[in-house]
Amino acid sequence: MSSTSEIKEQPAANDVIQPRPRASSWSLWTRQTLAILRLEIKKNFLSRRAFLLYLIAGAPLVLLSLLALFPPPTDEFDNFSQLSQVYAAIYGGLILRTLVFFGCAWVFMNLFRGEVIDRSLHYYFLAPVRRAVLLVGKYLSGLIATIVLFSITTVGSMLILYFWLFPSESARYFAGGAGANQLLTYLGVTILACVGYGAVFLIVGLFFRNPIIPGLLLYGWEWLNFLLPPFLKKISVIHYLQSLVPVPMSEGPFAVLIEPTPAWISVPSLLIFTGVVLFLASRHIRRMEISYAGD
Amino acid sequence: MTPTTNTSSTQSPSAPASSPTATASTVPSVPVSFDKMIVFEDVSKFYGEILGVNRVNLQIAPGITSLVGPNGSGKTTLMNLMTGLLKPTQGRISVLGMSPDEPEAMFQKLGYCSQFDSFPRGATAREFIEFYLRVHGYTKQETADLTNAALERVSLVEAADRKVSAFSKGMRQRVRLAQSIAHNPSVLVLDEPLNGLDPMARAEIIRLFRSLADAGMYLIISSHILHEVDMMSDSVVLLHNGYVVAEGEVHGVRDEIEEHPIQISIRCDRPQTLAARLFEHEYTVEARIHNDRNGLFVKTRRPDDFYLLLNKIITEQNLQVESVAPVDDDLNAVYQYLITSDGGQT
Repeated sequence: MSSTSEIKEQPAANDVIQPRPRASSWSLWTRQTLAILRLEIKKNFLSRRAFLLYLIAGAPLVLLSLLALFPPPTDEFDNFSQLSQVYAAIYGGLILRTLVFFGCAWVFMNLFRGEVIDRSLHYYFLAPVRRAVLLVGKYLSGLIATIVLFSITTVGSMLILYFWLFPSESARYFAGGAGANQLLTYLGVTILACVGYGAVFLIVGLFFRNPIIPGLLLYGWEWLNFLLPPFLKKISVIHYLQSLVPVPMSEGPFAVLIEPTPAWISVPSLLIFTGVVLFLASRHIRRMEISYAGD
Repeated sequence: MTPTTNTSSTQSPSAPASSPTATASTVPSVPVSFDKMIVFEDVSKFYGEILGVNRVNLQIAPGITSLVGPNGSGKTTLMNLMTGLLKPTQGRISVLGMSPDEPEAMFQKLGYCSQFDSFPRGATAREFIEFYLRVHGYTKQETADLTNAALERVSLVEAADRKVSAFSKGMRQRVRLAQSIAHNPSVLVLDEPLNGLDPMARAEIIRLFRSLADAGMYLIISSHILHEVDMMSDSVVLLHNGYVVAEGEVHGVRDEIEEHPIQISIRCDRPQTLAARLFEHEYTVEARIHNDRNGLFVKTRRPDDFYLLLNKIITEQNLQVESVAPVDDDLNAVYQYLITSDGGQT
């Protein structure tokens, strides 16, 4: 402290802004959620951790640009009618099962684990905010980050693939409505994937000090979903997402085939599942202690 | 508001946990509602099998209350329990009638300047304070006004728009302090708030604490610098190994501890001779020969003088001494800490 500086004494009580009078709960929670969102969105998009997310989300765009520039000598890339199958395979195998999965894992597991590692979670826990409100604010911030980036990935990769290889046919295809419908359905599946995987990884990040192993186990479970018996298939996020994609992807000769779950069941199921997971997370966070030792 | 504590008590940290003497309290002379106090009721915290604090009973009134004790004594655990960062294994905590499980109510009135020296990456001092005020629910204008007032109080206005990561330790300490007082809480919990501050800054911060306490706030401050505790505190809670060993008005506690005799075991030949010589001096309160007659227990109120005397007698009498060890080691450690270590600055 400089020698010229001076600590100011407590102002008279009537000079200071007193703690807020209690606004209605919903109004206060909304204001608090928005404040958390503002701070967290900044972190999700601009922190050093965001770099990996940009890499993950940007990878298919680069890959598909390369494929469009140097198409492999196979029928699928020479035939416009086959493109929907090509994109379905790229979307199902690469974007949905791998990139959205790991992107969500990175963002949502770090919502709380990252703060514990940075030793800054206590600032939130010392604010007059319900921990459930904090959880919702953080979850929404993760959703915004992943939905924005992976929506760009989904839309960008489809448009690159179609328009680079078959510009005129693609223009007709999308203007005619069929292509646009497919695009919007893929977009919807991506958003639902962020919603579902986001909730799963948020709770994994809350429960596990080292969430990498549970994350990999989940990845294995989701990837091997095509081998599972019908009952177990339905205990996964990917089953419901796959039921919604506009062009079903072939899962190979060893796949256990079952009827896709209809959209009117899949979508509410995913949303209910997300709600239950977030409820459990909010119960857990109420009792959560902060001890940075060993993190 | 002036401090209301007027009692003090000491206890052995090795006392059985269930002992009624395990309760120490700064109970005001005039009965005060629990809604106007910070209350620990039979609070224990274990980290697995490791003791954090055990059977703590405290009632803290307005003013400055210092938690004093060596590292690992349980000061930070008590503060983290009080602010809900830790949950008690057993017992109940109430801050002005509110539970730490109700953060939305409690942190309107409580600010905590913890020891965690960490900040959101890339934040300036102003942004850091504003971030969390917005989370309180303040409007943009209120946030700006409160932030400026807090920065002014800790003399950080000029550095407000610089990144915290570039600050010195003392400046970071002041940023955390500003953040904890920005919403004008009535209870302020400060974990080693003077760490990293130069002497002038310490004096100024202590003056700030005094002015806050005089305005009726509750300040709970942890420290291991006794002369600073002496200077600013109204009451003191002395902790050792997770136990409250003494508590009350600061000078009363010091006096009582200094008067509390400690027991030393000496294994030697001719314990009767030693006892006779020791009783020639006022430092010795009591001497008791061991059952095997190869040593004695001695109680003294002035261990430093006693040890000097013991050396002298051993040399003069040519005694064969096998060992000299304090029996009441915990209390002795605290005692030593209080009156002779650099913590005591004496």
